[in-house]
Amino acid sequence: MPILEVENLSVSFKKYTRGFKQTKSTVITSLDVTVEAGEILAVVGASGSGKSLLAHAILGILPSNAITSGVIKYGGEELTPARQSVLSGKELALIPQSVNYLDPLMRVGSQVRTSVKKENAIAAQREVFQRYHLNAGVEKMYPFQLSGGMARRTLLATAMVSGARVIIADEPTPGLDSVVIVEALNHLKESAVNGCAVMLITHDIESALQVADRIAVFYAGTTVEISPVEHFNGNGEQLRHPYSKALWRALPQNDFIPIKGSQPRPSQLPSGCLFAPRCEMATPDCEQERPAMRNLRNGMVRCIHAT
Amino acid sequence: MMPTLTLLNKKQRALIVTILAIVFLMIVIVIGVVLDKESISTNLKHRNASPTFEHPFGTDWLGRDMFSRTFMGISLSIGVGLIGAFGSTLIATILGVISATMGKTADRIVSWLIDLFLSVPHLVTLILIAFTFGGGFKGIVIGIALTHWPSLARIIRAEVMQIRSAEFVQISRKMGKSSWWIATKHIFPHILPQILVGFMLLFPHAILHEAAVTFLGLGLSPHEPAIGIILSESMKYLSAGMWWLAFFPGLCLLFIVRTFDMLGENIRILMDINIDHK
Amino acid sequence: MQLRTQNIAFRYGKEPWLFKNVNFTVDPGEIVGLVGPSGYGKTTFCRILAGYEVPNKGSVTLNGRPIKSKRKGYHPVQLVFQHPEKAINPRWKMGKVLNEGWQPDQQLLDALGIEEEWLTRFPNELSGGELQRFCVARALGPDTRYLIADEMTTMLDAITQAQIWKAVLKIAEQREMGIIVVSHEVNLIQQLCHRVIEIDHLNT
Repeated sequence: MPILEVENLSVSFKKYTRGFKQTKSTVITSLDVTVEAGEILAVVGASGSGKSLLAHAILGILPSNAITSGVIKYGGEELTPARQSVLSGKELALIPQSVNYLDPLMRVGSQVRTSVKKENAIAAQREVFQRYHLNAGVEKMYPFQLSGGMARRTLLATAMVSGARVIIADEPTPGLDSVVIVEALNHLKESAVNGCAVMLITHDIESALQVADRIAVFYAGTTVEISPVEHFNGNGEQLRHPYSKALWRALPQNDFIPIKGSQPRPSQLPSGCLFAPRCEMATPDCEQERPAMRNLRNGMVRCIHAT
Repeated sequence: MMPTLTLLNKKQRALIVTILAIVFLMIVIVIGVVLDKESISTNLKHRNASPTFEHPFGTDWLGRDMFSRTFMGISLSIGVGLIGAFGSTLIATILGVISATMGKTADRIVSWLIDLFLSVPHLVTLILIAFTFGGGFKGIVIGIALTHWPSLARIIRAEVMQIRSAEFVQISRKMGKSSWWIATKHIFPHILPQILVGFMLLFPHAILHEAAVTFLGLGLSPHEPAIGIILSESMKYLSAGMWWLAFFPGLCLLFIVRTFDMLGENIRILMDINIDHK
Repeated sequence: MQLRTQNIAFRYGKEPWLFKNVNFTVDPGEIVGLVGPSGYGKTTFCRILAGYEVPNKGSVTLNGRPIKSKRKGYHPVQLVFQHPEKAINPRWKMGKVLNEGWQPDQQLLDALGIEEEWLTRFPNELSGGELQRFCVARALGPDTRYLIADEMTTMLDAITQAQIWKAVLKIAEQREMGIIVVSHEVNLIQQLCHRVIEIDHLNT
C-alpha cells in the first residue's frame, strides 16, 4: 500500500496580471501521484510547472493566497492541516531547494539536533554528520561558513536524522558539480533502501534516471505519465505519453530534437487535454475534455490515444 | 476553500484610499485658502466661547474663530511641508545619486554628511538652521529642507547601487547603451517610486517639526495662523478650562499627518510590481 | 575574427588568484565547451571575455586587436546568463526588452519560438524558459561575433533547451559565429561542441 497518496490535487493562486486586474491561475490541475515505502519516485518537469508547489502542498506550507482542492493521504488517512503540522519535520521531511532554509543565526549542529526525536540528540547528530562526511568542526559553524556542498549535506542530514518515513527532495542538485550530485543522489537511494519513501522533484531527467524507481512526468501542472524507470530507454518506444516521448527525444544524449511550442500558461490552460495544442496525435476528441489518469502497462498515463 | 470577503483587491483598495486622501487634503487646503480673513480678526463680543454651531471649534480669548484659524494654520502647514519636503527630497535624490555613481570619495563624503545629520536630532539642527536664516517662513522652510534628507538619501543611494549592478543594466551597457540612456531608461524609473514614497513620508515629519519649532517660538511669527502658534498660545488658557483651543487644532494636525502617512503607504502599494498576491 | 586571450590573470581584490596565464582561442564558427568543477572561475572567465570584468594581467583580443574594456558601443562578445529573471528589467514589457540592442527579425523570433502575444507582457507573466528565449534573441545582434552561454539552459527543461540550441546553432552556422558553452551537463557539451576544454587546463 502506498504511504503517500495525492488524489486529484489542484492548487490555484490569485495574481495581479496588469494594472488593477486580478486573475485566478491554476498552477496544479487534478494531479495524482503515489509513493511507496522503499522507493524513489522522481517528479520530472519543466521549471515553473508547479513541481515545488506539490512539495509545499504535501507539507502544508503553501502561501496563504493559495486555494487547494483534492485529497492528500498519508498512511491511508487524510492529511489535514492539523496532521500536517504535527507530522511535518517528524514523519514528513523536506529537503528544500535553497540553502536559505537554514537558520542563519543558529549553529548548524544545534539546528540538526532540533529535529531529532530520540533521547540522545547530540549522539544522533554526530552520527549523521559522520555518515555525510561532515567533520566534527562543522557542528559549531554557522550556515554562512559552509560551502555550497556542505550546506546541501547539512540539509540532507537534517532530513535524515528526523527519522522521517517520507522524504521530499525539492531540486536538491542544481548548481552542484557532478561529483556532489552523485553523492547527494546516493544518500537518497540509501534512505529509500532503509525503508523511506522518497519523492525527488527535479527538472533534470538524468539525475532522476540514476536513482529513481519510477518517474512521474509533469506537464503544465499535472502528471501526464508515471512510468517505471526502465521504460526510459532506446527511442522511448516504451513510454506512454507523447509528451514524455518528446521530452526523452529532446535530451542531448538522445536525438536532441525539440517539438514546437511551449507549455501553456496557468491562466490560459486549454479546455481539453493540456498537451493537445502541441501533440501530433491530437484529434478533436482530445479537445473535448481533460483525459483522466488510467493504468497502462505497469504505469499510468493521461492520454486517450496512448497504447 | 477561502470565501472571498472583499470585493476589491489590494491594489484597487489602495487606489481608492489614495484618491480619497488626495481629495480630503485638497478640501482642507481650499477651505484654508477661501476662508475670510475677517473671521480671525479680533471680535471681543465673542470671546472664549466654547464650540457652537456658529463657531464649531469655539473662539479664543480675542474672539477669533478657532475653526478658521485651525484650517488656515493647517493649509499654511501643508504649504511649509510641501516646500520643505520637496527641497529635502531634491537634496536626497541628488546626494544619493552622486554618492552611488561618482566614485569612492564622493560616496565617503556623502555618507559622512548623512551620518553627521542622523547623529544629531532633527529638531536641534532644524532650530539652529531656522535661527540662522532669521526664523519666520523662510527660515523654517530652509531648515526643514536641509534637515530631512538623510534617511531618504541613504535609501536612494542603496537603490541606485543595487540597480547599477543588476545584470540587466550591465547587459544594457554591453549592448552599447550610453550611461545617460541607462540612467533615464533603467535606473530612474526604478528609483522614482522610492522618491515619491519618500517624499510623501517626509511630509508628516516636516509638518510636525514645523509645528514643534513654531510651538517653541522659534519658527513662524505669532501673526501667522500656524498650528504651532495656536497650540503654544492655548497652553496658557488650558488651565482655565478652554480645552477646545488645543483639542481641535491638535486633532486636525493628527488627521493631516495620518493622511499623508496613509498616502505614502498606498502609493507604495500601487507602484510595487512585486505584489502578485493577496 | 579570432577571439583570443593572452596570459590573462584575475583575482577579486586581494584574494588568491582565480587563474593565471590563461591562453585560449576560439575561431569563428567554432563551438567550444568549458567544463570543470564549480568554484574554478569559469563564470569569471566568461565575464572577462564579454568585457564585464577587466583582467588584472593580459588582454583579450579580437582579430589581433585588443577589446578595450571601457569601449563604447555594442560588444562583439555577448554573454547569456543562467537566470533570465535577473537579466531582464522587471518594469519593461517584453517587446522593449527584445528590442533593446537591435530589432530581431521575424525569422529569428520564429526559430526561437517567441510568440507575438508575449511581446506585450511583463516579465513576471512569463516562465523562465520563455524569458531565456528573449535573452538569447537580444544577444544575437548583427554585430555579435561570439556568444557565451554560461549555463544558459541549465534551469530549463529538455525540450526548451533543444529548441533554443537548435536556433542558436543555425544562426552560428549562417553567420560563422563562435560559441563558448559552459555547462556541467556532459551530454549537452558532447552534443554541441567541436572542442572541449577542462578548466584545470585553464589554470596552468
